[in-house]
Amino acid sequence: MTVPFLEIRSLTMRFGGLTAVDGLSFQVEHGAIHGLIGPNGAGKTTTFNIISGFYRPTAGQVRLRGEEISGLHMHEVARRGVVRTFQHSTLFAELTAMENAIVGTHMSFRPNIFAAIIGWDAEDRRGARARAEEALDFFGLLPLAGERAGDLSHGHQRALGMVVAMAAHPDIVLLDEPFTGMNPEETKRMMELMLKLRNSGVTILIVEHDMHAIMGLCDQITVMNFGRLLAEGTPKEVRTNLEVIEAYLGGARHVA
Amino acid sequence: MLLALPHGLSFSQQEILVFLTINVLLVASYRLLTLTGEWSLGHVVIMGVGAYASALYSKHFGVPVPVSMALGAGTAALIAMFLSYPLFRMKGFYFLIGSFAAGEIIRLLWKRFRDPFGGPKGLKRIEPMPDFDLGIWQFDFFEPVCYYYFALAVVAFCLWLMWRIERSHVGLTFHAVHWQDKLAEAAGVNVRAYRTLAFVIASGFAGLSGALLAHYIGTINPNSFDVEMMVFVLTWAIVGGTTTFYGPILGCIVLTILNEIVLREMGFEQARPLIYGLVLIASILFLPKGLESVVQRLVRPRAEKMEERP
Ligand SMILES: Nc1ncnc2c1ncn2[C@@H]1O[C@H](COP(=O)(O)OP(=O)(O)OP(=O)(O)O)[C@@H](O)[C@H]1O
Ligand SMILES: [Mg+2]
Repeated sequence: MTVPFLEIRSLTMRFGGLTAVDGLSFQVEHGAIHGLIGPNGAGKTTTFNIISGFYRPTAGQVRLRGEEISGLHMHEVARRGVVRTFQHSTLFAELTAMENAIVGTHMSFRPNIFAAIIGWDAEDRRGARARAEEALDFFGLLPLAGERAGDLSHGHQRALGMVVAMAAHPDIVLLDEPFTGMNPEETKRMMELMLKLRNSGVTILIVEHDMHAIMGLCDQITVMNFGRLLAEGTPKEVRTNLEVIEAYLGGARHVA
Repeated sequence: MLLALPHGLSFSQQEILVFLTINVLLVASYRLLTLTGEWSLGHVVIMGVGAYASALYSKHFGVPVPVSMALGAGTAALIAMFLSYPLFRMKGFYFLIGSFAAGEIIRLLWKRFRDPFGGPKGLKRIEPMPDFDLGIWQFDFFEPVCYYYFALAVVAFCLWLMWRIERSHVGLTFHAVHWQDKLAEAAGVNVRAYRTLAFVIASGFAGLSGALLAHYIGTINPNSFDVEMMVFVLTWAIVGGTTTFYGPILGCIVLTILNEIVLREMGFEQARPLIYGLVLIASILFLPKGLESVVQRLVRPRAEKMEERP
C-alpha cells in the first residue's frame, strides 16, 4: 500500500466545551484539487489551522507523506511544503506587493545576516526578486508590484495572498475561501489559474462556499458538518448526496 | 562637516557632542529592536551591561580598551540572547513589562554585588582609551575632540552596519514579522528566531554604546542606566518617529540641542525630565508621526518634481 500524501487521522479539536473538529479523517491525493466544504461553523478553518500548525490538535494526527506534522510549529510545517492562505485578507499591509511576494520566497532564499552586511547576498536577492516577479506575474499583479498591499482592491489583495503562498513553491497549498470578495470574472480567472497550478504539480486543498467554483474545480470533495465528516466523493457524488443537501438546506445560506 | 564640527564649540559643548554621538548609536540600535514590533524597556540596562563588561574586562583582565569594548558589546548581545528565552514567550504589553523587570533585576545585581560591580557606587577609574600616536596625528583621548572622532568613527561604522541589515532581506523579514507575524510564519519564517535576532543585534550595538560611554566618563553606576535614561531614549524615538532609519537619530539630535543648548543656557536644566515629558506629549498630540514625517514632507515633493523632468 502506498503512503497517502496528506492524511488527516481522527482529528479532534476542542475549545473549552465546544468541539470544533470531531474525529475527522480524510486523505488528500498528490496532485489533486481537493475541496473541503460545509456550512458555516463546520470547522473548516479550524481544520486548516491544525494542518498548518497554527493549532495543536486535542487528539488525532496529520501526516504528510507518512510523517507526522501535527504539533510542529507553523514555520516548520511550511518548510515541509505545506503553505496556507488566510480566510481574511492577511497581508503585510505596509509593504509593497513586491515585498510581500519576496517574504513569500523566504524558505528558498533564506537571508543570511552576514552575507547581507558584506554584500554577498546579491545573487539571492536577485533570485528572490525573480521568483517574486514570477509569482506576481502568474496572478496578474506584476503591474501593481510597487503598490502598498493595503491600498490594493479586495480582489487584488486575495490574489496577493496567493502570490505570497505560491512564491514559497509549496507542494500543497491550503486556500481558505480564496474567492470571497472577487467578482465573477475574477473568480473565473482565478479558477483557471488554479487548474494551471495543479497542472504544474501543486496539490490544492481548498475551502470555499462558492459551490459553482468548487464543483467546477475539485477532483475530490470532503464535506464536513458540526466538525464531523459528512460525505466524501467526486463533485457529482457529493452534489447528489441526500445528507449533504439536507445539511446545507438545514442551516446555511450558501447553496448555489 | 561632522569632522569640523567640534572646533567652533566650547569644552563642555564638545563633551556634549561626544555624548550625543554615543546616544545616536543607542537610539538607532533601539529602533532596530523595535523593527519586529516589540518595544523593550530594558534597552538602557543592556547598554549598561556593555559598559560594565567592557570596564571590568579592561580593569581585571587587562584587555586593551578598544578590544574590551567589542567584548562588552558581545557580552550585552549574549545576555540579551539569554533574556530572549523568557522574554519572547511574551508579547506586546507583557513583553514591555517583562523587559522592564529583567532590566531591574540586572540593576539589582549590580547594586547587590560589590565585587565585581562596585555596588551602588559603581565602578570608578575605568581605564581610558590609551593614547595613540600616528606620527603626524597624536590622539589623547582625554580630549573630547579626540574621543569625539573615535566615537564618530565607531558609530558611523555601526550605523552603516545597521543600515545594511535593514535594507537587506533580513530587514524586510523583520518588517514582515512586525506587520503580520502569522503570515510570516506561514511563509516559513521562524518568527521567534527573527525577534531574537533583532533583539540580540540591537543589544550588541547598545552594549557598544555603553562601552563607549564608560571609557569616556570613567565612572559608571547602576543609576547611570535607570528608567529616566530609558524614558529619554523612548522620547527620542517617539519624537523622531520610528518608521524611518533616521527618525530616532533626528529625534535624539534635535532634543539634545534643545536640551543642552537652549535649556542649559536658560538655566532650566533641572527641569529636563519635565520638559521631556511635555515634549513627548506635545509630539504625540501634534506630530504623531514624528519629526521624520516633517522631513518626508519637505523632501518628497522636491524628489517628485525632479522625476517629472525628462
Ligand atoms: N479559537 C477559537 N476559540 C473558540 N472557538 C473557536 C475558535 N476557532 C473556531 N471556533 C469555533 O469552532 C467552530 C468552527 O469554526 P471554524 O472557523 O472552523 O468554521 P468554518 O467551517 O471555517 O466556518 P466558516 O465557513 O464560517 O468560515 C465555530 O463554532 C467557531 O466559533
Ligand atoms: Mg472558515
